[in-house]
Amino acid sequence: MGDFDFDVIQRSLPYLWKGMQYTLTLTLTAMTGGIFFGTFLAMAKLSVISPLSIVASAYVNLMRSIPLVLVIFWFYFLVPLLLQGLTGATEPVPVGSDQTALISFTLFEIAFYCEIIRAGIQSIPQGQVSAGKAVGFTYAQLMFYIVLPQAFRNMIPLLLTQTIVLFQDTSLVYVISVTDFLGAAAKVAQRDSRLVEMYSFVAVIYFLISFTLSQIVRRLQLKISIATR
Amino acid sequence: MGKYNWNWNIFFEEVATGGEKYYQWLLSGLGWTVATALCAWVIALILGFLVGVIRTTPIKWLSIAGDAYVELFRNIPLIVQMFLWFFVLPDLLPQAAGDWLKQDMPLPEFTTAVVSLAFFTSSRVAEQVKTGILALPRGQRNAGLAVGFTLPQVYRYVLLPMAFRIIIPPLTSEFMNVFKNSSVALTIGLLELTAQARQMNEYTFQGFETFTIATVLYVIVSFTANRLMASIEYRVRVPGYIGGGR
Amino acid sequence: MITLDSVSKWYGKFQVLTDCTTAVNKGDVVVVCGPSGSGKSTLIKCINALEPFQKGSIFVDGTSVGRAKTDLPKLRSKVGMVFQHFELFPHLSIINNLTIAPIKVLKRSKDEAIENAMQLLDRVGLKSQAQKFPGQLSGGQQQRVAIARALTMDPIVMLFDEPTSALDPEMVSEVLDVMVELAQEGMTMMVVSHEMGFARKVADRVIFMDQGCIVEDTSKEEFFGSARSERAQQFLSKILSH
Repeated sequence: MGDFDFDVIQRSLPYLWKGMQYTLTLTLTAMTGGIFFGTFLAMAKLSVISPLSIVASAYVNLMRSIPLVLVIFWFYFLVPLLLQGLTGATEPVPVGSDQTALISFTLFEIAFYCEIIRAGIQSIPQGQVSAGKAVGFTYAQLMFYIVLPQAFRNMIPLLLTQTIVLFQDTSLVYVISVTDFLGAAAKVAQRDSRLVEMYSFVAVIYFLISFTLSQIVRRLQLKISIATR
Repeated sequence: MGKYNWNWNIFFEEVATGGEKYYQWLLSGLGWTVATALCAWVIALILGFLVGVIRTTPIKWLSIAGDAYVELFRNIPLIVQMFLWFFVLPDLLPQAAGDWLKQDMPLPEFTTAVVSLAFFTSSRVAEQVKTGILALPRGQRNAGLAVGFTLPQVYRYVLLPMAFRIIIPPLTSEFMNVFKNSSVALTIGLLELTAQARQMNEYTFQGFETFTIATVLYVIVSFTANRLMASIEYRVRVPGYIGGGR
Repeated sequence: MITLDSVSKWYGKFQVLTDCTTAVNKGDVVVVCGPSGSGKSTLIKCINALEPFQKGSIFVDGTSVGRAKTDLPKLRSKVGMVFQHFELFPHLSIINNLTIAPIKVLKRSKDEAIENAMQLLDRVGLKSQAQKFPGQLSGGQQQRVAIARALTMDPIVMLFDEPTSALDPEMVSEVLDVMVELAQEGMTMMVVSHEMGFARKVADRVIFMDQGCIVEDTSKEEFFGSARSERAQQFLSKILSH
């Protein structure tokens, strides 16, 4: 403990910051994509058209029952082959780990956001749906003017909580050697043999960000529960 | 992707380096996945119930300590926690203990994986236990005290039996999560199912077949875990109570 | 049996009980009434230390309730309590609700506990329901079971905290009948309730509380005859006009 080297942290701060920028990009991309496509997937899952709802459910259940690490490996293997098929190339098209991670995380998170949004939609009283239909709205109008705005207001804390989980999960891109925040720290740690310093620092930063965010969500939750009482 | 060479027989081919067949890799991986997850789950349940209970006691410093425990293990990514246990802890301990961890501890990857997964999961269990206890009517605690139970007896005979029943559904998803999360242990070198699948893909380039079987195995494990919890839920249901039937 | 001497209690800065002094003698039936928020439920919960109080003293059967060294579980095991919302243990069958405390607290044998419990269930007319669960009974039945549960401990006094106010109107009388019977058998009882019919029938004394103070503490005859304070008069006229 006596030879704890703060200097190595300081020296590598610019590099770590670049890693953190990737972590944040990945988090925000997967969140945006997850919520956007998750909304449509949720509507598909609740759809009365049974093939649509079966396919949507199957996708959600599959994603929820396998580890994220395995999903990352799947896409790491799959994406070059898919691109080869699409572009007609003779060899699998190499794709950077960074892009692979963006695709895997978005597709994985869709399933989780979908479940939150589905529950949110279902929590809207049937009377609201009837009232919307009664004034002559189409399904799309009903969803976008009446149901989703109310559902999203209630869901905000859960969506944010899921995003905090996602933020922590992005560190798993380590398995395909992406230089995210953890990846950057790991590279420095191995180069300079400073594992204790770097991993402790990483833990502290992750903790501070996640803890702060979760406290904000808690406040928000309290506010919403009072406002809707 | 017309160029992909399908070969489902790959699992029964011998590993290039000799000795085993590929299906044996996956089965051994599955074994480590299940062993890691189950060991971690048992410890997580014990720790989680303990911490969850102390967070609801009227003793202030205990409940603060419980809250701190949960925040600590919930707000650091699991992979980072594993690195802390595996790479950092031995250097922070006194020399002798650190050396033992590094050199003499049996099954270092497995043990570390179990410990880190257990603490990580216990914070989630503790959160559910607290929620479950607080969901009970406040009068239940008073009723238990009024018949002369001590506080530990009130927990043992009145609060925990009901809280446990209430939180079986969220515990079910945590139980399924333990199996999935055990895959993170490949980063510290545990050859569990995902690690074996990755290795097999690297050896054979038959990614479709390899990852498909790994996926199927995980789905089976998830499904089994889910059914197991559902049967427990059914067995402990309370007649006349919500979900218990008449 | 029970004596309260200048009991005062605060929630933070808000005073909920102010200098409450009274006594309940062996065999007495005392009904405590008053508007909601008057502190009557809080007062009765202080007697078996479910609520702490900051000033004054309470003695139950010679034991000081407020002293730090008092063995509260032992004290509470001698004081039966019936709650507004019954508070049966939902995961236990009726018979187990009645036997768990005698077995675990009084260390009675299982057979003895069951025999005693069945007698008490018979007494409240619910012997046939012994194997059911609380969720399968009506509110009135649950409250009768709760009374039986309190009696399994052979209490020296019974506390009732608004035992009928959570019940549907048609179930009130079945619970009151059990309580009247208990009173007539000579049980010492302290009852927080608005059931003035019950008070008229079996109470020895009536305590009227308002804003955390004991305003009236008189015999039943005096209370219903010429309740002295204006607040009690108002309260009575509102209650009785229902």
